[in-house]
Amino acid sequence: MKQHYNFAFIDEGAKREIRRKILKAVAIPGYQVPFGSRELPIARGWGTGGIQITLSVIGPDDVLKVIDQGCDGSVNAVNIKKFVSAVTGVKTTTDTVEATVIQTRHRIPEEKMTEEQILVLQVPYPEALRTVEPSEMETRRMHGEADYSRMWLYLYEDVVKYREISIGARYPVMVNGRYIMDPSPIPRWDIPKLHMADTLYLFGAGREKRIYAIPPYTEVKPLEFEDFKFRVEDFKGASCMRCGSTDTFLDEIIDDATGKRIYLCSDTGYCDKVIESRGGQQCRQ
Amino acid sequence: MGYVAVKGGTDAIENAARLLAYERIKGNSEPLEVEQIKEQLYLLVDRVMGEGSLYAPKLAALAIKQSAGDTLEASFMLRAYRTTLPRVGYSIPQSTKEMRVIRRISAAFKDIPGGQILGPTSDYTLRFLDFELLNDSKEKREEYLRALFKDIEPSAFSLQPFPETFAKVIEVLRKEGLLAEAVGGQESAVNNQNGIFDITRQSLTFPASRSAAMQTMARGETGGLLLLAYSNMRGYGDIHPTIGELRVGYIPVRIKHPYTGEPYTVGEIKVTEAEVIAKFTGKDGSPKFTLGYGLCFGNNETKAISMAVLDRAMQAEEPKMVSENQEFVLSHIDGIESMGFCNHYKLPHYITFQSDLDRLRKAQEKLEVESQESGVKK
Repeated sequence: MKQHYNFAFIDEGAKREIRRKILKAVAIPGYQVPFGSRELPIARGWGTGGIQITLSVIGPDDVLKVIDQGCDGSVNAVNIKKFVSAVTGVKTTTDTVEATVIQTRHRIPEEKMTEEQILVLQVPYPEALRTVEPSEMETRRMHGEADYSRMWLYLYEDVVKYREISIGARYPVMVNGRYIMDPSPIPRWDIPKLHMADTLYLFGAGREKRIYAIPPYTEVKPLEFEDFKFRVEDFKGASCMRCGSTDTFLDEIIDDATGKRIYLCSDTGYCDKVIESRGGQQCRQ
Repeated sequence: MGYVAVKGGTDAIENAARLLAYERIKGNSEPLEVEQIKEQLYLLVDRVMGEGSLYAPKLAALAIKQSAGDTLEASFMLRAYRTTLPRVGYSIPQSTKEMRVIRRISAAFKDIPGGQILGPTSDYTLRFLDFELLNDSKEKREEYLRALFKDIEPSAFSLQPFPETFAKVIEVLRKEGLLAEAVGGQESAVNNQNGIFDITRQSLTFPASRSAAMQTMARGETGGLLLLAYSNMRGYGDIHPTIGELRVGYIPVRIKHPYTGEPYTVGEIKVTEAEVIAKFTGKDGSPKFTLGYGLCFGNNETKAISMAVLDRAMQAEEPKMVSENQEFVLSHIDGIESMGFCNHYKLPHYITFQSDLDRLRKAQEKLEVESQESGVKK
């Protein structure tokens, strides 16, 4: 970079403030901690909350992986990775196991993460109750009093209307038996990975200026009824046409040539690894 | 194969950036100098400094050049640059009574202490396109300047000296006890630095203090502020504003000297200030005037007036309209946040869409089964 910016772009005082807010978030799992969100050279809504967390916790020895929709090569992931590595000089990787800090938008990697790693999630809407209440003043009161009746009612009405809970991604969860939390727009597929995980999950909402966390070994339960259970996405036995996996979250793609529906792993790093482990043999070409 | 297009973002990004740079320079005209933008597109510079919340005319002009004139993008660049600068300190509160005025008008009184001073305004010009400007030249400008000064000079010395400060029009009303100091509205208790809430260091909580509201509006997007203020003036609200005073001019920026502690002037900034008067009936039934206040960087009268109208609107004791709802107004007027979020929808949303598809297909399956079942019954 031409200018001599501070290590990790943000000034040290601001990074310290963000780390303090992260500590508070870890201490109160699922609680949204307001913070003085800074403007970055990447636009609001493009992952500025996640980037501020990453920049505040990253050190020169860290290894960074950035994914968007599960993919390391996605345009926004590439852009963020380029920015962070330009202002820190840290090593980057596409291997989930090798990374110490992973920043993600909309996915949790397929491979199990460890105690030594941090997953930073970008959050567009930190408030899970926003669906039922537009006012921030009111939702903060609702959280304070654990007044979640309207959320339950919303789910109930959903069941009455559609015979199913119709929430796709961004499925609300109860954290540590206390706070209803927005897990960011990850698919329902990834929700079980939040429960009693080995890894620290940090959530950053830059535009809405909130940080929250799920510390390791925390109870995280999706909201559900006894007779209407939470269910992950159903791919009906489809498999990835590159690596053949049947146990991963799949992207549905319309093939240019044939117009047919085909499926590919959304986690491209994992997909590559499966192929590599077979000596580079793809399923079908 | 179809999946090839999913990857390969790096090259695409780099090529897109190169093409963007090419778009700006592909024409045959001379490169636009930053100094030209600063001097000749000064209202644009003012707007970008305000919305970018950094008073730096040269950097604002640079951002305008780099963004090819997109005000949202230019303000965004300036705001991002701001993040890299350390907070040195807070300036000392400055009364606008000491403003070095270049324009001040009042719509409330015909004659005001110190007189109405129109200054450089386009208010009364006819908005004809000036085709003369198609053939603008240095010579023509010099000729205009010569004629201008020839007209002014003979009379300049016979005029009274221009006053350094002007009394506030609002003071007239205040002295007569016609001005209510503050209407209801919710006041937040949390303040810090010098009793001022710093929105660049803390996230807004509601109800927000007046200082937080003022800062948020001061760096709000002009169009956004205008929209909400207009909705109130037009009928979705009940503010019928009278402009008590509108000023444009320069005010000193003073800080406490780090060693002596004495006030020390570090420079001056150009600002626009609007004080809007609106009628209000108190709970006891006695009518009073109330004040709405707006102040922003540079010369931007639309913004200052809109701010003042919204400041007054948000003091409503029982907010009914959107422009009276403080949380609504302050959460939606930032150009950089709203623009960023609006444009983020261009990012891939494959995962969330896939999740929604799954739910939709499931729901349709269920409904189909049900409709078949009910069909059997018939």
